[in-house]
Amino acid sequence: MKLRTIVWREIFERKNQLLTSFLAIFLGITAIVAIRNVTFFSEKAVARELDALGTNILILPKSATIQNYYAADMQEDDFPEEYVTRLATSDVQGLDNLSPKLSVPVEVKGRQFTLTGILPKNEFQAKAAWAGAGIFARPEGCGTVATAPGQAAPAKETIVRKRVIETLESNEALVGSEVAVALGVKQDDTIAVMNRAFLVSAVLPQTGTVDDSRIFTHLHTVQELTNRGPVVNAIEIVGCCSAINTGLVEKINKLLPDAKVVTITQVVDTQIKTNRMMSSLSLIFLVIIVLVGGASIANYMFANVFERRREIGTLMALGAGSRLVLRMFLLKALLFGLAGGVSGYIAGTLIAVFLGPRLVHIPILPMPILLVWALVVSLVIAVLASYFPALRAARLDPSKALQEV
Amino acid sequence: MLKLTSVTKSYSHNSRRVLALNDVSLDIAKGEFVSLVGPSGSGKSTLLLLLGGMLAPAAGQVWVDGQSLYELSSEARAALRRKKIGFVFQTFNLVPYLTAVENVQIPLYLAGHNSQDQQKRAKSLLERLGLGDRLEHKPSELSVGQQQRVALARMMANDPAVILADEPTGNLDPETGAQVVGFLDELNREGRTVVMVTHDPRAAQRSRRRLKLVEGRIHSDDSGNG
Repeated sequence: MKLRTIVWREIFERKNQLLTSFLAIFLGITAIVAIRNVTFFSEKAVARELDALGTNILILPKSATIQNYYAADMQEDDFPEEYVTRLATSDVQGLDNLSPKLSVPVEVKGRQFTLTGILPKNEFQAKAAWAGAGIFARPEGCGTVATAPGQAAPAKETIVRKRVIETLESNEALVGSEVAVALGVKQDDTIAVMNRAFLVSAVLPQTGTVDDSRIFTHLHTVQELTNRGPVVNAIEIVGCCSAINTGLVEKINKLLPDAKVVTITQVVDTQIKTNRMMSSLSLIFLVIIVLVGGASIANYMFANVFERRREIGTLMALGAGSRLVLRMFLLKALLFGLAGGVSGYIAGTLIAVFLGPRLVHIPILPMPILLVWALVVSLVIAVLASYFPALRAARLDPSKALQEV
Repeated sequence: MLKLTSVTKSYSHNSRRVLALNDVSLDIAKGEFVSLVGPSGSGKSTLLLLLGGMLAPAAGQVWVDGQSLYELSSEARAALRRKKIGFVFQTFNLVPYLTAVENVQIPLYLAGHNSQDQQKRAKSLLERLGLGDRLEHKPSELSVGQQQRVALARMMANDPAVILADEPTGNLDPETGAQVVGFLDELNREGRTVVMVTHDPRAAQRSRRRLKLVEGRIHSDDSGNG
């Protein structure tokens, strides 16, 4: 027999009473871990988006709501593809790399992905009117991300960084890294999407965004497969920073009054605000867990000491000192905090990893550092809340405890 | 072995002051078997708790083996209880969530024995008391008599020189009660000092010295058998 035998047996003897307090601390830690985990990756995604895109412009249907830049084109509503022509033939200066998109959810081999139709650059150039507008005659680097020499990605993969592609045949598909892993496909394989066979011309490198679960194919193929006619649900534009600052957005707004024009800064702003809200939320949860969890544990511990005063008196009669009684209750608090911290971390991480991507559209990985954090919070609350009840137990008058019960 | 000099102890009950022990002086020599008798509220249990270092007197001194008990720190008193004193309670006070053998291990754990020694000694004590087949039973799975025997085994664990029993037969049928008193008698014959509070005249008859307490004072001190 050791002290922990006594503590352990007592916990399991009265586990029902313990449940409420345990739930309070468990749920609190779960919520904080889940929120912090999602926020961390969300903040990372924002940083990555800013890094990858610099200043950017999105044209979306009027009804669109934007939570995440990479998922901004996943709207039910659409607008005519003709908008692209209108932009391309306009005299608006400072536009680079127009990239119209039509995205629809698809199921391949029982898995959900996004089929995104894109228009390759060669088709812009093929159209005389567009070529005449000279969009692609602009100098490189205007609003785009420069690729370091020697690290230039193969042509098809440029979609990941530059959001445009040079050429794409109607039966060609580019698959995101997640799609490739999930379906077990590699370059030059054939995949069937919406009853049409596509040749996988490239597997895109991992980006950590929803692009990883996309299948890119030709815009017109997607329009044909979905019977939606010549429509798109987003146009991405790399615009020159200076042009944006001198009223590019207003000019596009004027040109396309029925569409919504947003810049990446606005999009990221939304996400930054969401992240800030999540941080405040985790702070609120921390306060709640400290107050509710702490009060619940303290209440349980006081009741536990009261209920066990005869047992404490007996232990003292058998030769247990005050210090041992104090240790007995604090060890219980320690186990309690340990269990709350570990289980809360596991549950919070599972929620973040499995539900987080559905909410913020980014992949989320477990963060071991949060285990340390969860343990510290949980242990501190459990031990502090139990200290005064434990002290009361240690100072119990054994003669009274033995006589009054 | 045990000595009280001018001990007074009072309680406050419903904001009234009740004198539990009133200027009591007493000497109990090593190896004596003393029973404390008297009406309820006469101070018997208070006297027992004072002797066990569990209740400090308002005035006077309590000595165990030449040591003034209440001049020691509470931790030192706990250590002295571990080494020299064994308690037996009327309601047995077994820890409900521990098995019989674990209950007996408690004093051994408190005295610093390792798990193996604890188990060995606890098992041998329970076997001596006829509970060899009830080692892993919890108190709720034992009869009243068996529970009291587990409590006796626990009291014996650290081989105490002084045994303080508070109405050890109070909750038992006459036959089991007689067995318990017989066991205390046996321990006394081995040289241990036994002080037993009892309401049971037959149990008191087995002791060699009967102290009668009335209203916090020693009313009579009767030595000799029968």
